[in-house]
Amino acid sequence: MNPYIPEIGKPVPRADAAAKVTGAEKYAVDYYGANLVWAGVRRAGVAHGRIRLVDTAAALQLSGVLAVLTGRDVPGTNRQGIVHKDQPVLAGEKVRHCGDAVALVLAEDRATLQKALSLIHVEIEPLPGVFTVDDALRPDAPLVHEEHPQGNVLLKATIQAGDGQAALEGCDILLEETFHVPVQSHAFIETENGIAWQEEDGKVVLVVSTQAPFRDKWEISHALGLPLDRLRIIGPYLGGAFGGKDGATVQCLLVLAALHAGGRRVKMWWDREESFIAGYKRHAVRMHYRLGARSDGTLHALHCRLYYDTGAYAHLGGEVMALGMEHAGGPYRIPHTRIEGWCVYTNNPIAGAMRGFGVAQVSFAFERMMDLLAGKLGMDPLELRLKNALRRGDRNAVGVTLTQSTGIADCLAAAQQHPLWRERKVWKKGAGPFRKRGVGVAAVFNAMGYGRGLPDSALAKVELTPEGRIRVYSGVSDMGQGNATAFVQIAGQILCQEHTAIELVQPHTERTLPSGSSSASRTTYTYGNALIKACEELRRRLTGRAALMLLSDTLDDLELLPGRVKNLASGREIPLTSLAAMMAPEDRVCISQFLMPVVRDKLDTGKEFVIGFPHLLFSYAAHLVCIEVDELTGAIDVKAYLAATEAGRVLNPQTFEQQVQGAIAQGIGYALSEEVLLQEGRIVNPDFAAYIIPGALDIPEIVSLVVDAYEPSGPYGMKGVGEVGMNGPLPAIAGALADACGIHMTRSPLTAERVLTAMQKQQETP
Amino acid sequence: MTIHFILNGKKTTLDAPPDRRAVDVLREDFGLTGTKEGCGAGECGGCTILVDGESRLSCLILAAQLAGREITTIEGISNEDRMHPLQDAFIQDGAVQCGFCTPGMIVSATALLNRNPHPTRADIRTGLSGNLCRCTGYQKIVDAVEATARREEETT
Repeated sequence: MNPYIPEIGKPVPRADAAAKVTGAEKYAVDYYGANLVWAGVRRAGVAHGRIRLVDTAAALQLSGVLAVLTGRDVPGTNRQGIVHKDQPVLAGEKVRHCGDAVALVLAEDRATLQKALSLIHVEIEPLPGVFTVDDALRPDAPLVHEEHPQGNVLLKATIQAGDGQAALEGCDILLEETFHVPVQSHAFIETENGIAWQEEDGKVVLVVSTQAPFRDKWEISHALGLPLDRLRIIGPYLGGAFGGKDGATVQCLLVLAALHAGGRRVKMWWDREESFIAGYKRHAVRMHYRLGARSDGTLHALHCRLYYDTGAYAHLGGEVMALGMEHAGGPYRIPHTRIEGWCVYTNNPIAGAMRGFGVAQVSFAFERMMDLLAGKLGMDPLELRLKNALRRGDRNAVGVTLTQSTGIADCLAAAQQHPLWRERKVWKKGAGPFRKRGVGVAAVFNAMGYGRGLPDSALAKVELTPEGRIRVYSGVSDMGQGNATAFVQIAGQILCQEHTAIELVQPHTERTLPSGSSSASRTTYTYGNALIKACEELRRRLTGRAALMLLSDTLDDLELLPGRVKNLASGREIPLTSLAAMMAPEDRVCISQFLMPVVRDKLDTGKEFVIGFPHLLFSYAAHLVCIEVDELTGAIDVKAYLAATEAGRVLNPQTFEQQVQGAIAQGIGYALSEEVLLQEGRIVNPDFAAYIIPGALDIPEIVSLVVDAYEPSGPYGMKGVGEVGMNGPLPAIAGALADACGIHMTRSPLTAERVLTAMQKQQETP
Repeated sequence: MTIHFILNGKKTTLDAPPDRRAVDVLREDFGLTGTKEGCGAGECGGCTILVDGESRLSCLILAAQLAGREITTIEGISNEDRMHPLQDAFIQDGAVQCGFCTPGMIVSATALLNRNPHPTRADIRTGLSGNLCRCTGYQKIVDAVEATARREEETT
């Protein structure tokens, strides 16, 4: 490929693509090493119980076993957790879900490791468990965390705007419904893993598949009682994450193992089943909705009660619920709202962050309510949405004034004008025998950034290397979303260098600077803004220092060009290699911080949220889906899909489309097949044979329309696009199913079995 | 046991227990970490390799089964100075996101194009239906394979 300047707005191929297509890219899982030690975990296998005995003697006697560690061997607090430190590295007295770790084994090879794990004798006295939100909320319910002051309620919160639920009284139309969404698994292809070792100076190095290397350092330090300066975390490109590698997975276990491995490298790599059992999940939620409207379709009041099953540990449960509550009213003007949420501990697997963080769940509920309302009023469902769509300057359903780009109406208008919508009636008539066709629409949104209470900050660092090249030090992981490529484009745009002259350093706690987690659709926005400032400073420095060499008495004549600075007036130029040789090392490096702006409204509600409420910036999308339903089997076939997305300006059309298409594919899985099935807290489908994620035949061709908007606070006008696409498919497909067969589904996924049952029930009712 | 086979064009001898999995042998003994493991159960396709030109899952093959075979991994798909056209197309068409499924996907697509040099988009989707991708939604992968087939048609 010929050298080119990677610029903003162009479909620049990914910086990491060449290494990935040749198999050369080293993910965390591709690190091995001579004299490798394998580490693994014995899991509880019991959802709730008291540990009576962990007998390690037989395992320790096995040849090739280096160490067997239990809770007693954890040197620090033995507690991990992003907001609430409630999760043990190795369980001591109690286990709270089947995936709790009770012992850690170090062995010479994998076969010995497996044998040793099976030789550990664990006696757990079962305790009565709580496996549903209702069970957990009973006054006499067994407690998951006895020491938690609110019993099994991790967080109870209320958001109220206007007159709250009282305003439902005066509505012309009042609709009420209850919805259920299940647990979803991230199902990234690279399972949780890492490798760690102790250096001769006592420092422990951890290479890990993580979304938050700098936070990991704090977590490990706290849990294991190690000084921060003894830890070095390296975060290579991830083989997928989607929220599931935001928070401790293997980190503390591996560092603990490294402390017992005598300087040898220790590798831990969860297999698929372990990833299902011990990894984080999307929350199952039950949602009660009461929506009131005027007879002309104007939304007036909303009352929601949302119950999030957060599983055995807090992780980001409270924050996930906060974001769900903030989005519970949809991208609509609703003057009077009361949104109540309960985030509840159970003995189920741990729920936490996943793309569409709490929002994918409520999107199903509020968009189903909109369809029900449209049906009741005999209104076109898209028109109803347009009529109520938020516009800049409006207050949203939680009372925040929308001061920034707000493009949902434009998204809906774009979908409305598309042939898939305009010609839908003709298309629907073409269904063959025993098949029905339907078209559904969904209007969705997703906040960006951490929200109030937690500074959403990045520290960008860019260097002119001694070789005259540009090196960007990224402190925020690229889990596949392509933010690293956006960083290359920003550097290329400002510093006018060819792609072959721009290097990227992936997160490394000693080389790069803390820039927050790879999450919340924030990476390109926050780090990108910081990087713009750093690159502009570097450009000023390079031309300023070149002025001395080129004897320019004004900077106006100087231009930074590929590999050189040129005085355009005199024609003289200096190569960047010479400039680099002249500059002191500290002069060649520019660092800049960016802090995301926050909401200025003083809201007198949602006070229970310490962090993560409310948000200033949202991306928006209107989704259209055309489905065909098999009346004999109930199977839904997604025939066509359209997304019209407003996420500010597009820095790279290719990566933008990738995010839209990929999120929709995950959303289609969430809509049609994905459900982690639980029996008394135990996952009964912990593999890809029984937990079905979409394959190439399950996803239709997706049309992605860009709805243009300029976000003044964003780098080059952009907002994050990573999550919003996740929220549309389930409500759009449910709407299309109602359109096709008249079935109103309140429980997802919309499996063939559920659809068929609903169709049979419909036939039975006269 | 001693196992003789051809690995990425070179005659190779391996001394390994016959029941070790091929994916482990490739990754650990030969350092060919381009072959990925995503499930260990033949469901995800991440570990796809070519065995005598046919796509096979290396998590389901034992070391002994490599004997006498010609094995190609992602590292052997390209030659030293030039990428395989599929690899170029995956880069240009944006078929790579996290990239973890990419090696298996490219190996499967190679076998697909060997079997069927002029596939329709539906053929491509069927041919790649054994390879799971959690990032892309498959569309750009199908684009890349289709573009490769078309380019090959134009040059032949």
